[in-house]
Amino acid sequence: MVTEVLKQETRPPAHKGAVESSSTWRRSDRVGLAVCWVLGIGFCAIAVAIVVFMLVQGIKYVRPSLLFTSPTAGFNESQTGGFLDPLVGTVVVALLGMAIALPVGVAVAVWLSEYGRPFGLARAAESTIEMIAGTPSIVLALFGILVFSSPVVGFLSRTSGHVVYGRSFFAAGAMLSLVALPLIVGSTREGLQAIPSHVREASLAVGKTKFATIRRILLPSARPSVVTGAMLGVGRIIGDTAVIVVLLGATLTLNGAGHAPVLSLLRGTGSTLTSFVYENAPTGEANQPTKAYAAAFVLLLMVLVLNLCVDLVARRGKAATWSR
Amino acid sequence: MESLRPPPVRWLALDEEGSAARSTATAEQPRTQSPPAERQPARVPAGQNGHGTAKSFAGASRRQAQPSQFAIDRMEIEDVSIAYGQKLAVKSVSLPVKQGEVLALIGPSGCGKTTLLRSLNRLTELTKGASLQGRITLDGADITTIEPTLLRRRVTMVFQQPNPFPMSVFDNVAYVLREQGSKRPRKRVLERAVRDVLDRAGLLDDVSADLDHPALRLSGGQQQRLCIARALAVQPEVLLLDEPCSALDPLSTQVIEDLIVRLRDDVAIVIVTHNLQQAYRIADHVAFMYLGELVEYGTVGAVFDSPREQRTRDYVSGAFG
Repeated sequence: MVTEVLKQETRPPAHKGAVESSSTWRRSDRVGLAVCWVLGIGFCAIAVAIVVFMLVQGIKYVRPSLLFTSPTAGFNESQTGGFLDPLVGTVVVALLGMAIALPVGVAVAVWLSEYGRPFGLARAAESTIEMIAGTPSIVLALFGILVFSSPVVGFLSRTSGHVVYGRSFFAAGAMLSLVALPLIVGSTREGLQAIPSHVREASLAVGKTKFATIRRILLPSARPSVVTGAMLGVGRIIGDTAVIVVLLGATLTLNGAGHAPVLSLLRGTGSTLTSFVYENAPTGEANQPTKAYAAAFVLLLMVLVLNLCVDLVARRGKAATWSR
Repeated sequence: MESLRPPPVRWLALDEEGSAARSTATAEQPRTQSPPAERQPARVPAGQNGHGTAKSFAGASRRQAQPSQFAIDRMEIEDVSIAYGQKLAVKSVSLPVKQGEVLALIGPSGCGKTTLLRSLNRLTELTKGASLQGRITLDGADITTIEPTLLRRRVTMVFQQPNPFPMSVFDNVAYVLREQGSKRPRKRVLERAVRDVLDRAGLLDDVSADLDHPALRLSGGQQQRLCIARALAVQPEVLLLDEPCSALDPLSTQVIEDLIVRLRDDVAIVIVTHNLQQAYRIADHVAFMYLGELVEYGTVGAVFDSPREQRTRDYVSGAFG
């Protein structure tokens, strides 16, 4: 209370226009400022144009029924159904990818940030992750088809005789987890490194093990960063097309393999919104632009909502923290 | 940050009477907040119990008039040298740490006080390239033979920056009471123990209404008292304090100093401080370190009033540091 009073009394009155006007700057500085303005507004305009275009196109064609009907073969766009299967496929791929990428990514980040030993191996792992982050997903897809076509992992996809099909939700999810992994590792590491070292020591100094410290203090503190990384990762997964087209078979409907309830779905092929858009784009095989716009609209909405969540989490994570 | 704060000792060298300096020095000391009665320095006759003739030092007076009634040897630092790589940070230091006393380590920045403190519960081992020679014992047992997590439950530490864990006040203490990373025992079982230890740290009145309050939303002083509560929760034999007040305001500092003096009978306390007046106010024994060496060790009176070494005299009078 005392501080409140003090603040009000001693703080000088707010002074408007205290910011120095750029009209007093040298010409070169003013030109620089103008360039910044133009570029900034330009980028915003491009982003807004994309979103507005997709929204306008999407709203024109999106019908609630599209979300609940499966794609079917037909002679014109009114007969070809909706994109229920791709929608389910997108969710399944995202869940599967995250189920792998999240634990692995957090574990790798903890190892790199908290242990970092053996030193050489840690550096090697670091560069490997950077390399994966820089690898085009179509290359990952090719590698994936090689791996998942081998008989050893035949149980993860459809097989006929000795031939392993190599395309399934498992295969796509596993390779897409590699796409999300670098984002999760990077974000989690950043979160861990933002924790001052005296907080770690405080936990050790009351007799806690390193493991208990990581589990109860460090990971909970870094949770906003982990969540941010995970959401960015989900965004990348649901937005990826190359891996899906190559490794999910790009059959528009879900096409299970076997009879076990969930397993058959995961071993089977299907599609996601991205591959649906790819197929139905004016240049694609199916060429049903209205369906493509509608699906793209839904996809865009999903990504926008994800980004919004990232923002919210980041803002909440900024709450109270330690001084360094 | 440290460099921005004018060292109050500097002015002291200028005045013999202590009167001119008092007004300046006390301005940044918590003493200004204390009632006048407490200002009266120790009533103990000069020289008694080795506390020397010092009635006050630079405007600071002793927190506790009576020297402690007893002192039990807890830790023994025997000829300890600590090096970071090639750099020797602590050079063959020998010191006793006693329960019933507050031991203050003083000295200019980089003199090895904190390193020595951290070696007492083997936190130095976490620093890459750190090596230790010599022997440190806890109740007669070499600390290198004690499992580190066990040792650190017997010798706990509070840091310079308040660092409560990002959870509720209750959980901060409960985390320490629980077995490693476990979530058991449950909350209800621990409630009493948690309240007890918060009370010992003088924080219970501030937080008793809402133990689920996020710890990081407490004030700096409350956070630091929570950290002390946390360190006391495991009932340690030795409590290490690394400049616990340097990030705090004078009022909080005073509360924590009072707390430290109150705790000294239950637990051996070693405090590292930059602040000479603080050392004077709360310590029973003072060890002055300079460039890794232990220059002088003695009672507060001896070190502040009649130092044997020229370097101690210079430091205490503000000639350097």
